[in-house]
Amino acid sequence: MIDKTVSDPIAAVAGIADGATVMVGGFGRAGQPIELIDALIEVGASGLTIVSNNAGGGDAGLARLIAEGRVSRIICSFPRQTDSWHFDRAYREGRLELELVPQGNLAERIRAAGAGIGAFYSPTAVGTPLAEGKEHREINGRTYLLEHPIPADVALISGLRADRWGNVVYRKTSRNFGPIMATAARTTIVQVDEVVPLGTLDPEAIVTPGIFVDRVVAVGGRRWLHNGDFVGGVDLHGEPLAGATAAPSAGGDR
Amino acid sequence: MTDRIDGTDRTDRIGRDALARRVAADIPDGAYVNLGIGAPTLVADHLPAGTEIILHTENGMLGMGPAPAPGEIDPDLINAGKLAVTELPGAAYFHHADSFGMMRGGHLDLCILGAFQVSQTGDLANWSTGAPDAIPAVGGAMDLAMGAKEVYVMTDLLTKSGESKLVATCTYPLTGVGCVTRVYTDRAVFDVTPEGFAVREVFGTTTLDELRQLTGLALTLVDQAAIDEEF
Repeated sequence: MIDKTVSDPIAAVAGIADGATVMVGGFGRAGQPIELIDALIEVGASGLTIVSNNAGGGDAGLARLIAEGRVSRIICSFPRQTDSWHFDRAYREGRLELELVPQGNLAERIRAAGAGIGAFYSPTAVGTPLAEGKEHREINGRTYLLEHPIPADVALISGLRADRWGNVVYRKTSRNFGPIMATAARTTIVQVDEVVPLGTLDPEAIVTPGIFVDRVVAVGGRRWLHNGDFVGGVDLHGEPLAGATAAPSAGGDR
Repeated sequence: MTDRIDGTDRTDRIGRDALARRVAADIPDGAYVNLGIGAPTLVADHLPAGTEIILHTENGMLGMGPAPAPGEIDPDLINAGKLAVTELPGAAYFHHADSFGMMRGGHLDLCILGAFQVSQTGDLANWSTGAPDAIPAVGGAMDLAMGAKEVYVMTDLLTKSGESKLVATCTYPLTGVGCVTRVYTDRAVFDVTPEGFAVREVFGTTTLDELRQLTGLALTLVDQAAIDEEF
């Protein structure tokens, strides 16, 4: 019998070592595995290398991991945003090393790691400062750069639902980096709103098959959903709109 | 007193919404299009009625719709600028590697980007001013610039301090080499040709001589007969 579910986020992140390379899913706040990051902060791993599209915003999730001084290196495409003050400070004070990667090369390097590709040639960034130090090669009259895979020790990602085999479905644009990061880490840890009985996810609709997933933890429904249906009434951070009636809450909603 | 051109109190240029409408008018029915962060996003509000132009957002969606009403914001449904959007009938979601495969693989018909500078050979600089204290961030700009079949730029002709964004050679760090094919500005529309920038259309009272003076470039004119033949 296969059962990848664990009881809570702390159990889900158990064993992440100091100095580990950790992929963190999400694009901005959408799909960011906040509960898993909070648990990682609590268990205390430090000196981490983070692979993520952004470097966190506001004071929660990835931003808090950086604020707590747990991250020594970050590989990402777009660290700077209006509310990335924790990254900005750590970077300016020299406490955090940045490897800047164009977003499509970042995605493909992650995909390559999960797919067993040794390296690949990409046309993106040719002639720009981000091409410096990379092998250039002309293929059929076009110039490409040699890009290497980015594997990780751990991936933390966020889905909508999963079963005990680790099959995962996502929701709208919160899918983003989840499916490729799930393939590229030695240990893939997925938080979902709910774990559903085996056989209830439509096999045609599963985005991440369980072979890529090691641990699953249910963290409760999103505030903007009620029994899986969209009810709205929140801002982009999922906070209730000022003056709005709170969305009806099922048990375990957050 | 002459007639004002929409959106400004000047007669020699057009406002952002008018420019967005002008860009939108050139997008063919059925095109798959990515609109960059900032001013290009405005183009979505002016797509010609009765057409099916499918908007791509690099964070994993085709068939992106307009912004939702405040009570209908869905934090799981955002665009590349991390703003709330909606899905249209026929929309599709996909992961990031597929999304950038759509660009790199030549499936995206057009992207419209902002710019710091565009050179007369179509080089684009739009991600970094190269200032030593700036925190670098590139996002998907380089992938879009090299991947889309056509790259249009939408921008003011001049910077806030009055320098031309059309240049002989970019001085800012490049986003892509030889990738831009057309530039829509508040004063004129330019094609990038083997002979450099060619003026396709001027707005209001602006003249070719003024454009030459403002840009410092030897601009040519696109042959009107050639434009007519495109349609």
